[in-house]
Amino acid sequence: MLKKLAKCVREYKKPTVLTFIFIILEVVLECLIPFITSDLINTISKATDSAGVEMASILKTGGLLALMAIISLCCGGAASVTCSKASSGFAANLRHDMFHRIQTFSFQNIDRFSSSSLVTRMTTDVNNVQMSFMMLIRTAIRAPLMLVFAITMAFIMGGKLALTFVVIVPFLIAVLLIIARNAMPAFRRVFKKYDRLNESVEENVRAMRVVKGFSREEYEKEKFGDAAEDIRRDFTKAERIVALNSPASQLCVYFNMAFVLLVGSRIIISNGGTTINVGEMSAMLTYGIQVLMQLMMLSMIYVMLTMSAESARRIVEVLNEESSLTNPAHAITTVADGSVDFEGVSFKYSQGASRYALENVDLHIKPGMTVGIIGGTGSSKTTLVQLIPRLYDTTVGTVKVGGVDVRDYDLDTLRDSVAMVLQKNLLFSGTIKDNLRWGNENATDEEMIEACKLAQADDFVNSFPDGYDTHIEQGGTNVSGGQKQRLCIARALLKKPKILILDDSTSAVDTKTDALIRRGFGEYIPETTKIIIAQRIASVQDADLILVMDNGSIVASGTHAQLMKTSPIYREVYEQQTNSAGGENNG
Amino acid sequence: MAKPGMPLGGPRHGGGAAMGQKREFDTKNLFRILKMMFSFYPVLLPICLICIIAAGAVNSVPSIFMQKVLAVIETYVKAGNTDWVEASAEIVPLTLTLIALYAVSIILITLQSQLMAYITQGFLDKMRCAMFNGMQNLPIKYFDTNKHGDIMSYYTNDIDTLRQLISQSLPSLLQSSIIVVTVLFIMLYYSVWMTLVVALGVVAMILVSKNVGGGSATYFVRQQRAIAKTEGYIQEIMNGQKVVKVFTHEKKVGEEFDEINGELNQVGFKAHAFANALGPIINNIGNVLYVLCAIAGGLFLTLGAHNISISGMAFSISIIVPFLNMTKQFTGNVNQVSQQVNMIVMGMAGAGRIFALMDEKPETDDGYVTLVNVKEGKDGEICECAEHTGKWAWKHPHSDGSLTYTPLRGDVRLTDVDFEYEEGKPVLHDVSVYAEPGQKVAFVGATGAGKTTITNLINRFYDIADGKIRYDGININKIKKSDLRRSLGIVLQETNLFTGTVMDNIRYGRLDATDDECMEAARLAGADDFITRLPDGYGTMLTNNGSNLSQGQRQLIAIARAAVADPPVMILDEATSSIDTRTEAIVQKGMDKLMEGRTVFVIAHRLSTVMNSDVIMVLDHGRIIERGTHEELIERRGTYYQLYTGAFELE
Repeated sequence: MLKKLAKCVREYKKPTVLTFIFIILEVVLECLIPFITSDLINTISKATDSAGVEMASILKTGGLLALMAIISLCCGGAASVTCSKASSGFAANLRHDMFHRIQTFSFQNIDRFSSSSLVTRMTTDVNNVQMSFMMLIRTAIRAPLMLVFAITMAFIMGGKLALTFVVIVPFLIAVLLIIARNAMPAFRRVFKKYDRLNESVEENVRAMRVVKGFSREEYEKEKFGDAAEDIRRDFTKAERIVALNSPASQLCVYFNMAFVLLVGSRIIISNGGTTINVGEMSAMLTYGIQVLMQLMMLSMIYVMLTMSAESARRIVEVLNEESSLTNPAHAITTVADGSVDFEGVSFKYSQGASRYALENVDLHIKPGMTVGIIGGTGSSKTTLVQLIPRLYDTTVGTVKVGGVDVRDYDLDTLRDSVAMVLQKNLLFSGTIKDNLRWGNENATDEEMIEACKLAQADDFVNSFPDGYDTHIEQGGTNVSGGQKQRLCIARALLKKPKILILDDSTSAVDTKTDALIRRGFGEYIPETTKIIIAQRIASVQDADLILVMDNGSIVASGTHAQLMKTSPIYREVYEQQTNSAGGENNG
Repeated sequence: MAKPGMPLGGPRHGGGAAMGQKREFDTKNLFRILKMMFSFYPVLLPICLICIIAAGAVNSVPSIFMQKVLAVIETYVKAGNTDWVEASAEIVPLTLTLIALYAVSIILITLQSQLMAYITQGFLDKMRCAMFNGMQNLPIKYFDTNKHGDIMSYYTNDIDTLRQLISQSLPSLLQSSIIVVTVLFIMLYYSVWMTLVVALGVVAMILVSKNVGGGSATYFVRQQRAIAKTEGYIQEIMNGQKVVKVFTHEKKVGEEFDEINGELNQVGFKAHAFANALGPIINNIGNVLYVLCAIAGGLFLTLGAHNISISGMAFSISIIVPFLNMTKQFTGNVNQVSQQVNMIVMGMAGAGRIFALMDEKPETDDGYVTLVNVKEGKDGEICECAEHTGKWAWKHPHSDGSLTYTPLRGDVRLTDVDFEYEEGKPVLHDVSVYAEPGQKVAFVGATGAGKTTITNLINRFYDIADGKIRYDGININKIKKSDLRRSLGIVLQETNLFTGTVMDNIRYGRLDATDDECMEAARLAGADDFITRLPDGYGTMLTNNGSNLSQGQRQLIAIARAAVADPPVMILDEATSSIDTRTEAIVQKGMDKLMEGRTVFVIAHRLSTVMNSDVIMVLDHGRIIERGTHEELIERRGTYYQLYTGAFELE
C-alpha cells in the first residue's frame, strides 16, 4: 500500500528530500542552541565576579546564538515551503492518478464503486492522506532525531543527571502506546458510527417530503437522538482515553524538573560547582522538555497515521483496480460495417451471480437494419445492447461487429462506431454546443444544426433566447425530459456511427416527434444499423426485426405482423397499449 | 426548469464554497456558544474553567522555586561550602513544596481534560440534536431552496470545526493566555528592564503572525474555492462516467481535470506554506529573543545596572536564569495562541452557519382541529375514544367553547386557489377542484403546469396565497398540520426509502402496524410477489435508498408504505412511472383495490394510469383548461385529445 502511494510523489521527490535536509539542519541548530546558551549563562555568571571583563565574550556567544537562530529560522521557513509544495503536489498527483485510473475503468469497475464513494475518495480521503504526508515529512525525521540528539546532549552535559530520562522515556513511551492502542479502535468505531449518522441525516434530508408527508418528525427526532447519544457515549470514551495524554506527559515534565533540581543542586553543591554548573543544569531542563515534546509528537504521528490508514486504503483500492476490459495487443482500428452478431452469448454481471442475466442469445443483424427490442423491466434489454460497444465482456460466446469479435477492436474505434444513447442519460454543464461537441469535437455549426434537426431538437433549441449557446445546468436539469433526450440523440448522431443504439431514449418524447425522429433515421442514415429499445409498441412497430425479451432471453423475434401471431407477450402488450390508452401516449 | 416538487439538492460541494464566504470573526457567536455551554453544564463547566485557570497558574509558579533553589546553590558555591546536608535543609523543603504543587497541577489537569472530553462531546451531541430537531420543523421550502450538500456540511464540516474549537482551541487559548499573564507578572516581579526586552520580541511576533497569518487566511479562502470547484467537477464526471465512456471522452475530461487540479495544487501550496511557516518563524523569534535577553541580562549584570522590579531584588544570576526559562515559556505560549487563531476563525465561521440553521424560522402551525379515533354510540352519535377503531373524526373546538366532531370522509375542495413559489411568478391561477369522498381525480399537463404544486398545497407543504382549500368542509389552515398529513397518503415519483428492512420501510406508514398488516399492504400494492423473492424476504436490509432494488420495485414499496397508513385520501404523484406497462397492468388490480373507497389524486404521465379517473383535469401554465371524464374529454377533441393521440409532448 505504501509503495503504491509513494509512487505518486514523483516530481515532488525533490521538495520532499529538501524538506528533510532543511529539517535536519533546523534540528541540529535547535539542539545546539541550548548547548551554547548554557555557555552564555556560565559566561554571565562568571561575569558577575569580574565585572566588565567578560562582556566581549558575552557578545560573541550571543552573536553566535542570534546567527544560529536566524539560520534556524531560514531553515524552518524553507522547510515549510518545500514541505507544503511536496504535500500539495502529492495530493494533486493522487487525485490525478485516481481520476485517470477511473477513466480506464470499464462499466463493471464503475458499478463496483458508487459515484459518491469515488468523490469522497478523491476529496476527503486525499485530504486526510495529504495532511498525514505533511505531518510525516515534517516530523518523521525531526522527532526521532531531536530525541536522540537531546538525550545525547543531556548525557554529555548532565552526566548522571541525564539518568532521569532512563526513567521518563520508557515510562512515557509505555503510557503513550497504551493510550494509542486503546484509543485507536475506539476512534475507528466512532468514526464508522459517525459516518452512518451522517448518512442517516442525508437520508432524512432527501426524504423530507416523506417524513413530513407521514408526520414522522417526532419519530425521526427520536431515532436521531438515540443514534447521536450512542455516538456521544463512544466519542466521550475515546476522547477521555486520549485526554490522559496531557496529564501523563505533564507528569514526566514535572518529574524531570523535580529530579534535576534536587539531584542537580546536590551534585553542584557537593562538588562546589565543578562537575556540572548552573548553566548546564538549566540546559538539562530544556532538553527534558524537548525530549517529552518529541515523544508526544511521535505518538501524535502514530495516531494520525493509523487514522488516515483507512483513507489510504480506500485510495489505493481505486489505484489498484484493474480495468476488467483491456485493449488487445494488435487491435483492429477500422470497423467494416454495422452488422452485429451474437453467437451463443450468455452474460452475468459478477462471477458469483447464480443466474445469467442474459442467456443463450443468438442474433444476427445486417447493416442498416432497424431492430426493435421490447420487454418488461428486468428482462435484460439494456444488458443485451451494452455488449455491442463492449461496455461489458460476454461471459460465454462472442459478440461481433462488422464480422469481427468486439474484443479484437481497439476500444475507442469500436465505441466511436457504436453510438449509444443511455437510458440514464446526462448532459454536462456548459452550452448546448459544448454538449453536442461531445459527439464530435470538430463538428461545424452546420453539422450540429443538421443533427439537431434530425433529432427534432432544432426547433426548441432555436426557441431559447440564446439558441445553441444556451447554458445547460449540471445533469441537464434546466431542459425538460423530452428535450434532454432529443439533445442526447443529436449528440450521438454527431458521431456518425455505424450502429446507433437508443436505450429507451424517446420515452419522454411525444409519439408524433418520436415517429418523426424514426422517419428521419430511415431517410438520412439508412446505412446505420439502428437498435431501438422501447416501452411503447409504436416505437418499434415498423422495425425490420423486433425482439421480445423476457427474463434474460429472447423469447420471440420477427416483424410486427409475425409477432402478433406468434408471441402472446407481444400481443398482450400491444393490446393493452392500444385498448387502454390508445397505445399512443405511454411513458 | 427544475420541478418544484423535486429535491433540488445533489452533490455536496457547496460546503467548501460556503466556507470561504463568512470568515469575519463574529464575537456574538462566541458569546452564544459560551452561553449555551454554560446553560448545558452550569456546574461542570465552571469547575473545568477553574481547573484550567488554576493549572495555568500553578504551571507558571515553578520558575519562582527554581529561582530560589538556584539562589541557594549560588550562595553555597560562592561560599565554597560543599556540605550537602546543610544545603538540603534549605533545598529539600523547597523541592517538596514544588512537588506538592505539581501533584495539585496533575490532578487539576487530569480533571480538566477528562471533564473537557465529556463536556465537548455532550455539547456537540446537544448541538447536533438541536440542529436536527430544528431542521425537522422547517418548512419544505427550506429543503427545496437549499442544496442538500450545503445542509449536510452543517453536520459534517461545521460540527467538526466546532469540535476542534471547543475541545482544543478555546481551552488552549485560555490556558496559554493565563500562562502568558502570570509569567508576565512574575517577570515584572523579577525585573522590569528585562520584561521590556521580552515585550519588544512579542511586538515582533504579533506583527509577523498578522502578516503571515493574514496571508495564509487569504490563500485558505482561495483554496476553499478551488476545492469546491474541483469537487464539483469530480462530482459531475463521476456521475456521468458511463456517458464519458460511451463517447470515448476519457482523454478530454482527463485534460480538463488536470487543469483544475493544477490550480488547486498551486493555491493549496501557498495556503499551507504560509500556515506552516508561522510556527518556525515565531519559534525562532523566540530563540532570538532568548539570546537578546541573555545578552541584556549579561549587560545589566556586568554594568551593575540598577534593577527595577516589584520584588526589589537586584540583578543576579539567580534572576537571569529563571528569567530566560520564562522567556522560553512565554514565547512558547504566544506561539500556541498564534497557532490557534486560524482554527478559531474557522470554528467561529462554522458556529455562525450552525446558528443560522438553528435560527431558521420553523414551519408555523396554528391549526387546532385535530384528528381523533371515534366510535359510534347507539344513537348514531360519534364520540371520541382512545383505542384504534379504524374510524376517525375531526375534533373541532369552537370559539364559544363547544366541540364538534366531523367524521373523516375525504372530501377535498379547492376554490379559486392562487399560488406562487416566488413573488411575481404565479404558478397557479384560479384553480378549483372538487373531490368527493371516494373519487379519483387526475391531473395531466406539461412539466411546470402546476400538477405537483396542487398536491403540495393540499398537504400544506406550502401555503396558498389566495383562495380556499377545505377538507371535509374545514379550512385546512385550521387543521393541525401533522393530523392533516396523517389523513393523506402520499406516494412520490422520487422514491425515498430508509436504511432498514423492507418491513421497517413499509411500517413507516403506520408505526404500530403489525407484520401481518404490513404484508397485507404489500400484497395490496402488488409488492408482495417480489419481496418474498428477495434473499431475506421482508427482512431484507435496504441501504443507500434501496439501491439494491430497481426503481419500479422501490415504487411498489412506497405504495405499500402509503397503503399501510390506510388514509382516506391518497396522492399518487407519478407513483407508477417507473413500473413498466406490463407490470403495471399486473399490479393494476391491487392498485384499484387500494384506491377503492378513497379519494385519490393522481398525477401521471402515462395516460393509461389516469383514464379511469372520475374526473381528469388538464393543466396548462397553472390553469385548468379542461376537465371531465376520459370519454368527455376525448369527445371534446381539445388538448387532452391531442395528448391522447400523441400530437403533444407531455413533458
